[in-house]
This record gives sequence, C-alpha cells and structure tokens, in this order.
Amino acid sequence: MKSLGNIRRSFAPWTDPDAKPFITFRNVTKRFGDFTAVDDLTLNIYHREFFALLGASGCGKSTLLRMLAGFERPTSGEIILDGQDIAGIPPYKRPVNMMFQSYALFPHMTVESNIGFGLRQDGMPKNEIAERVTQMLKLVKLEQFAKRKPHQLSGGQRQRVALARSLAKRPKVLLLDEPLGALDKKLREETQFELMDLQQELGLTFVVVTHDQEEAMTMADRIAVMSHGKVIQVATPAEIYEAPNSRFVADFIGDVNILDGKVSANGNGKIELAVNEGFTIRTTTANGPTTGSAAGFAIRPEKMKVTRAAPADASVNAAQGEVWDIGYLGDMTVFYVKLDSGKVVKASMLNAQREVEDPIAYDEKVWVSFGETAGVVLKD
Amino acid sequence: MNSWSRFNIVSVVLGFAFLYLPIVLLVVFSFNESKLVTVWGGFSTKWYVALFHNQGLMDAAWVTIRVALLSATVATALGTMAALALTRYTRFRGRLLFSGMVYAPLVMPEVITGLSLLLLFVAIGFDRGFVTVTLAHITFSMCFVTVVVQSRLLSFDRSVEEAAMDLGATPVKTFLEVTLPIIAPAVLSGWMLALTLSLDDLVISSFTSGPGATTLPMKIYSQVRLGVTPEINAACTLLIGFVAIGVIIASIMTKRREVQRVRDEQAAFAGR
Repeated sequence: MKSLGNIRRSFAPWTDPDAKPFITFRNVTKRFGDFTAVDDLTLNIYHREFFALLGASGCGKSTLLRMLAGFERPTSGEIILDGQDIAGIPPYKRPVNMMFQSYALFPHMTVESNIGFGLRQDGMPKNEIAERVTQMLKLVKLEQFAKRKPHQLSGGQRQRVALARSLAKRPKVLLLDEPLGALDKKLREETQFELMDLQQELGLTFVVVTHDQEEAMTMADRIAVMSHGKVIQVATPAEIYEAPNSRFVADFIGDVNILDGKVSANGNGKIELAVNEGFTIRTTTANGPTTGSAAGFAIRPEKMKVTRAAPADASVNAAQGEVWDIGYLGDMTVFYVKLDSGKVVKASMLNAQREVEDPIAYDEKVWVSFGETAGVVLKD
Repeated sequence: MNSWSRFNIVSVVLGFAFLYLPIVLLVVFSFNESKLVTVWGGFSTKWYVALFHNQGLMDAAWVTIRVALLSATVATALGTMAALALTRYTRFRGRLLFSGMVYAPLVMPEVITGLSLLLLFVAIGFDRGFVTVTLAHITFSMCFVTVVVQSRLLSFDRSVEEAAMDLGATPVKTFLEVTLPIIAPAVLSGWMLALTLSLDDLVISSFTSGPGATTLPMKIYSQVRLGVTPEINAACTLLIGFVAIGVIIASIMTKRREVQRVRDEQAAFAGR
C-alpha cells in the first residue's frame, strides 16, 4: 500500500468519523483592539494526540495556546475541553498546565518546591506531595538537584524542571510554548525524542507551539500551519510536506520550487500543465483544476533529478538549463539550475557515495527532470 | 598612572575634608569634657550619660521611632500597590495623570506639602499630634517607595505569575507566594528609604505635629536655637552611628548576595 511519506501511523483518530475530539475550537476569534490575532478559527484536537501549532511569529499560535490555558478570553466562539466549554473558566481552575517558553520557574523556590507548587495549591497531603515530587524528579532525571534553586541549574536542567512542574498535577492537556527554543541544537534534538517518549508513556494530550518546522515535523502527530490568525492546513507532517494544500504551506515548510502555468489537459486522474518556463508538466492528481484555468505546480528539490543526458522522454517533466550554483552540504548537494526561461530551480541530490565519477560542474548544460507523482498541483 | 601625585593627595584630602569635617567635629566634641561646645576640655562620655537622662530628648526619640516605623510600613504597602497598578494596568483611563500625581511629592517643596497638610488637618478639625505627623510622613514617603518598587516591577517576568495561576494559585495567592517574595528586596529597600526619610524629616513634621508629638529633629532644632549643648552632639553622634551601621550592613548583604550568585552560577555550569 502506498502512503505519503516514509512513515506508518497506527494512531490516527482524526481519520475516524466516530472519534470524539478532546479539544475543540469552534469559530474562535480573538481581537486585541484593532488587531485580529485569531480569526474565526475552528480546530479539533484528539485525546493522546501530539499536536503542533506551527507558524511565523504573530500568526496567532501563541494566542491560541494562551486561550487554551485561560490567560486570554476569546472575543467570540467557544473552546471545548473534554465536553465542557472552558472559555469563561479562569486559568487556576482549568485541568491544563503549561510549560512556558521562558520556563517561568519560581526563582525563590528550590527545584522540589517548584515542582510541588501546583500540588500544594490543590491541598494535597504533604507525604503525597513528596512522593509525587520524587517521582517527577526521577522522570526528568534530576534527583540530585532537588535542593537547588533555578539559578544554580543549566538551561537544559531548567527546561526539565519546568517540564516536571507542568506534569506534576497530571493535567489532561499539557501546553508547551516553544519548549525547546532556548536549548542548543544538540540538546534540542535529544529532548525532542524525550518529549515524545514521555507523551507516549503518560498517555497525555500535548499541544505545542513552535516556529521551528523541523521540531514540529519530528514530534507531532499532526501539525496546524497557521498564518494571520487562520489555520491554513491541518495534517500529518508527511501530508503537510508531500501534499501541501496551498502555495503558503508549500512555501512555508521546507524548500520548494513553484512553477506557474495553465492547465492544458485534464482526464484519467492526470493533468497536463503548460508552464511559463516553456515545457509541459504531466502529473497525477485527484481532482485538478479544469482545462484552461491557471494553476501552480510545487515540487521539492530532492524530487528533481539533474543529469547531463536528456531523460528517456524529454517531452514532459523535463527542462534544460545550466548550473548556476552548487551548494555542497555534506549529506547532499544542492544544484541551482537556471532554466532557459531564466528561472532558477533548486534540485538536491543525496550524496550516497563518497566518491563520485566526473561530478557536474558550474555552468554545465544539464537537464532537470522528475516523475509524474513527484509534485503537487496548487489551485490558488 | 596609579601613583599618588601631590595633586591627587590634595584633591582627596580636600574633598573628604569638605564632606566629613563638620561631622568629625560634631563627633569629636560629643566626647568633650567641657560644657563649651567649641573649647576642648578633655575626653569624657558624660554627655552620653546625660543624654539618656534627658527625658525630653528620649521622649522625642521614641516618638520619632514610632512615627518612622508606622509611616514607613503603611507607605510601603500603599506605595507597592501604586507601583503594581502603574506597571500592570497600563491601559486604564488617566494612567498618565495618576503616575504624574504619584510622583509629584518627589519634587514638591516640603514647605508646600507641610503647609497644605496643615491646612487640611485644620479644615477637617483634626487635632494635631502623633496621628497627623504619621499621616503626613506616609504622604510624602509613599512616592519614594513607588519609584523603587516600580523600577523592580518593570523587569519582572510576568510569565512567572501566569505559571503560578496555571498551577492553580488564585490571584491573591499568586501575589503572596510568588510576586511578593520575588520583589521583596525592592519592597524592603523602599521601606528603608521611607524609614530614613521619616527619621530625619523636620519641615513637614513641624507643620503637622502638635503637643506631645515632638520628633527628635524638631527637638534638636528647638534646643539648638537656645544654644548648642554637647548633649545634642552626643545625640547626633548616636544617630550617625545607627545610620552608618545600617548602611554597612546593607552593603555587606548586597555584596554577599552577589558573591553567592556568582558562585551558584559557576556551580551550575560545572554541574551541567
């Protein structure tokens, strides 16, 4: 069976029409004065899902998270958590906890009293608090730091304390605001997988806000790509990458070449596109735009081939150009090919071999070509 | 560069003499055997003994301490509240006017503050005494507390409060358990400032005080008009001593905290 992306998922409640969403945003709008941060947004998040809100800064993702935590009230619309409309409930009465981007640790408390803070607010007996705190310290591997104050910890350790503190009350939903933003690259990669394992282990629903697409792609079950207060696409990382529903998403996630043209033929699940670069693209598509209408074609650099010789069938999905620039990145090499029309396209080739016989050089005449399933048609 | 040139020595001596000669003279003559303030008659501590037997001065000192403690405490509470309102609710109507009005007493001539308070107390028929002095001191020292606390709040990370609420603390508990402990050093220094201002205030006290509520500065001033006695020198020396000890303790504490912080940070990096 063919599927998008090199990944198989067993957890996919969003494909089940009978599954009940755990969190629902229904027509939620949030305005700050004249500025609309969240614009008539509707979104479902399922139980035990690792859900990412992805977008550039100012797209409304943080406002959405803060509304879920209770720090902002929606101007209109409802937010339903586990069957209950929580729009009017103050943050200290909600069964959700948040891990803050700045970690927001209490500087005057030790690590253990930071973690136990929420439990003390609930009036939990002292011995039970101690037990839970120990358990949390163990979970984040900070047992020997229990008596330290936050300023005596490194960045990575603080991040763990913040995580333990937000998990200590066993919330129904954990909200994470740029959880790895302050960590260096190596630590970030390790922590990504730790977060995923933790979410699996505890069986919680995680909603994470991030501007880092790699982070979202790695961790999330589904991603909502946001822009200007609206959700542009909600899908699995593979769908977002391989089948973006719009020019914005295609452009926002990863690298992409977008070629514009007119539909010249449509039928049998395939359409042909006469692109402005002077060649024809034939691609499979479910229900493409009608003949004669304008459309775009998005193709990822790694799905294009760069060769000296013309491909077997050069009448479709192939164009000639010359090598404009070459970027050697180690794991792959990126070729910027200037097509005869003047447009520069980006094609990348995996460096699977250490030694290459007669590699392509600057200014060489080359062909770029791709298959019929390599790209997607964009209607907008 | 670092050598002591003649010029440097002269400027240091002159500068310090200018600053401290009057105080040194006062301290030296408080140990004078002679009753004449300007003639040295040998070393003695008898004026200190006399001071503690001078009921008038001791009463005044007691009034001053009570006024200072009470007014500093109330001014700190009010000033902290004003600082919170000014930094947190940045959008309320008339904020600019309010903040301007809170700061006005900082630059208001004391004579005017004193006179207007006097007029107020007379107008509402309030008998002048301990209560009116205390109220007056609260009025003029509150804005100093506001300035100190507000500057701390400007660099305060609001997400810490949000985190507390997120973990189930009500707004009141959040303030008491998170906000207040974090801003406590600023609140404390605001309190110290208010206390000091109240201790040595003369002008406003003179306007608003009544019988039985004479503060130490007022008492000293009125006695000096009858002629300076070595007793006054002794009282002033004690005051200087208290202030000096307070300042030294405060600076040692600050220094210690700084050293501790640096050590903690080093420990954090080492333990990474």
